[in-house]
Amino acid sequence: MLRFQFWKIFLVISVLFIGAIYSLPNIFPPDPAVQITFNSSGGSFNERVVASIEDNAKDDNLNFISMESDSKSILFRTKNYEDQIRLKQFFEDSLDSNFVIALNLAPNTPEWLKNLSAFPMKLGLDLRGGVHFLLEADTDLLIEAKLESSISNLKRIFREISLKPRSLEIENSNILVSLNKEEDEQSLDEALQRLSGFDLEQKNSLDFILKLSDDELEQMIDYAVLQNLNTLRNRVNELGISEPVVQRQGTKRISIQLPGVQDTAEAKKIIGKTANLEFRLEAANRVSLASRVEKFLFDGRQVNLEKKLIISGDQVSDASVGYDENGFPQVNISLDSEGGAKMHRSTRNNVGNKMAVLFVERKSKTELINGVPEVTNFFDKRIISLATIQSALASQFRITGLDSPEEASELALLLRAGALAAPMDFVEEGTIGPSLGADNIKLGIQSLLLGLGLVLLFMIFYYKVFGLIANLAVVLNIVLIIAVMSILSATLTLPGIAGIVLTIGMAVDANVLIFSRIREELKNNLKPHDAISAGYDRAFITIVDANLTTLIVAVILYAVGTGPIQGFAITLSIGILTSMFTAILFTRMMVYFIYGRKKEIEKLWI
Amino acid sequence: MDLTNTSFMKIRRQTTVLSSILIIASISSLFINKLNFGLDFTGGSLIEIRLDEEINSLEEIRSFLQSMELNDFQVNYFGSNKDISIKVPGGEASIDEDALIVNLKKSFNFEVRRQEFVGPQVGSELRDQGGLGLLAALAVMMVYIMFRFQYKFALGALLALVHDVVIVLGFFSIFSLDFDLSVLAAILAVIGYSLNDTIVVSDRVRENFRKKRRSEAEITINRSLSQMIGRTLITSLTTLLVLLALFIFGGETISNFSIALMVGVISGTYSSIYIVCNTLLSLNITSEDLMVKKTEVLDDGMP
Repeated sequence: MLRFQFWKIFLVISVLFIGAIYSLPNIFPPDPAVQITFNSSGGSFNERVVASIEDNAKDDNLNFISMESDSKSILFRTKNYEDQIRLKQFFEDSLDSNFVIALNLAPNTPEWLKNLSAFPMKLGLDLRGGVHFLLEADTDLLIEAKLESSISNLKRIFREISLKPRSLEIENSNILVSLNKEEDEQSLDEALQRLSGFDLEQKNSLDFILKLSDDELEQMIDYAVLQNLNTLRNRVNELGISEPVVQRQGTKRISIQLPGVQDTAEAKKIIGKTANLEFRLEAANRVSLASRVEKFLFDGRQVNLEKKLIISGDQVSDASVGYDENGFPQVNISLDSEGGAKMHRSTRNNVGNKMAVLFVERKSKTELINGVPEVTNFFDKRIISLATIQSALASQFRITGLDSPEEASELALLLRAGALAAPMDFVEEGTIGPSLGADNIKLGIQSLLLGLGLVLLFMIFYYKVFGLIANLAVVLNIVLIIAVMSILSATLTLPGIAGIVLTIGMAVDANVLIFSRIREELKNNLKPHDAISAGYDRAFITIVDANLTTLIVAVILYAVGTGPIQGFAITLSIGILTSMFTAILFTRMMVYFIYGRKKEIEKLWI
Repeated sequence: MDLTNTSFMKIRRQTTVLSSILIIASISSLFINKLNFGLDFTGGSLIEIRLDEEINSLEEIRSFLQSMELNDFQVNYFGSNKDISIKVPGGEASIDEDALIVNLKKSFNFEVRRQEFVGPQVGSELRDQGGLGLLAALAVMMVYIMFRFQYKFALGALLALVHDVVIVLGFFSIFSLDFDLSVLAAILAVIGYSLNDTIVVSDRVRENFRKKRRSEAEITINRSLSQMIGRTLITSLTTLLVLLALFIFGGETISNFSIALMVGVISGTYSSIYIVCNTLLSLNITSEDLMVKKTEVLDDGMP
């Protein structure tokens, strides 16, 4: 008799049952689909528009299986990738630029599985096609802006405490202060107490270096990147693509993945779009020359603004919401030194006149000119605030007269986020065509099946009944890997499939170790039952040792790797853990069922 | 497979010579040929296109690219006569791939399969990170084996791992295969695999040393190897079988990955037998080195 506790049987069977259910959604292949959404967040579909789009598609004899729609989007499911591309092409030609058309994969998960929150694994870009970008914040510009605004702050503080420095300038990303006399040093200390974020270093008796402290620098970059992350997330959401990924990578990078998008240029334009602000004076009546005036609509009336701008949003270093003495919302704005000076010059002679804040966005449209698509850029400008100048403004001022706290925070956000907090460069970008994605899936599955087939054949040939049990364990191991991936909603990539395939090859190792040990013990004239127990017990520690080291490597891979390497590391680690379960517990249970319940057995088929 | 009476350690001198030759060849090639770093590490641009019709010469595309004032580029077939990859290494002023594609479309009919751009900064960072990961993996393994076994085993394992890594790198350098991120991942996987083998062998060596305290080290090691050789070869075989499947069907993206792993698995199997055991013998391993310590209580009847 072999012993195998009841609770272990229960554990194995329930794990396999749960694994089976959660891996099930993956056997329903998704339909290639085309998704249509509105370009801006405001629009929504009504029945009439939906019906006309559907009719159009039907008239043109395009093949699609079904159409689903809600107020936000319409989804056309198709049978294959050719139909999908044709349908997308059709919509691109027939719909105007108010709509965003994206390729999509529409899952076919049955309702009852959805109710158990069992969903298929996510597929990586290399398997479904799409565009990815890696952007990096340009921190040099950020630091420069910070230094400039700090200098203007220092000048103000020096004035207030009547300290006259010999010079005050930026040098090698530091601020250099030279004093006239040594007695001023105390005043300098006093001034620095009011300016946080700098470390003071004495160069020689009269020259001092102000260095941005590491903490301040880190905080600044962190703040800017987080803000950019937000801005980019909003922009990406505007694209209306399903399952976009916008995430921070490292300290100053942001990675963006847009599944189903094929046009890098178009996506880049929207992500990298530069919105800006302009501060301009309302044209006084005396400035009547048409050439110097630009007309805008604001609150339903015409407003004439001077063409010449005072400053642009680049010179806003910070903006926040506040409240004035009477509890009305206001936006506090800080400008850099140059901006402050310009603002002062322009406003001191215009107290009582109005100043407008213009939101300027660079947009582009594609038009067919003689059958060739031409991209043209244009500026879209609108007034977001028009307020009376109460007194001459400098680098710190506020915009009041806003209707609500919401409006104030929106304006502050636009001022901060309208342009990105730190300019971002595209340091990596890539497109994977939908046909390559489909090919990769096919290749992955083919190599998985071939690898599996070869291993299964070999194991039956070499270990007979025990080989059969090990084979069952290997197949269940794949089911469990898929189930765990689905539950964690991890992303499956091509290297991920390679990880699964490698796991198949290595997972039988545990069984080979056990079985060869059993054979050895049989050769040492142990009885079959004893040989089985000895084989499992003695191989156990070796298996744990061996798998643990591979797991450590997989974890290191995950930690140092990016994208593709991480995909490989995830499936490898999951595979190691599940394979220990199936190769040890499951096979032992099967051996128990086959051989364990008889009192004595003559021969093992091993 | 009955190899019980094979005397593995008889040829230890010959294998030492063989390993030395392989290692020296690898290292010299790494110095002379260097590694053919892929786009991931050098930065640059890559465009993969599938032409509507097969072409027999790349000259047309090449001269077209030259007419676009590109100098330093590579055009290659990529799997078939229809699939073509165009690589422009980083360093040169960044090219406008979109414009390139638009212009190419005027003369050729094709579909863009993949388009990749990696900034030079990202590339060099990845290289550093990768090297760091490799070192971290080796260091952690050393500590683990020292803790689980003994320093002589740790030294043997380390030599075996370095041997495997150098040989895979050397193989890629000698045949100037593209060394990209996936190959780096494969090398780390090789470390895991080779260690797996090493531990299984070491486990048995330890067990036998404890059982038969009197016998000579070489005989004990030989016996351990004979007992484990069947398992070692079978596991290598099944792993090589799946890698072969990956190599055949995995497509171009995976092929270098599978090559690296295949070379690594073969080298790892060999090194776990010869490098590890040779080191143990050279360090005069004795059964006193392996007295049962309290870490071994795990050896009871867990499943």
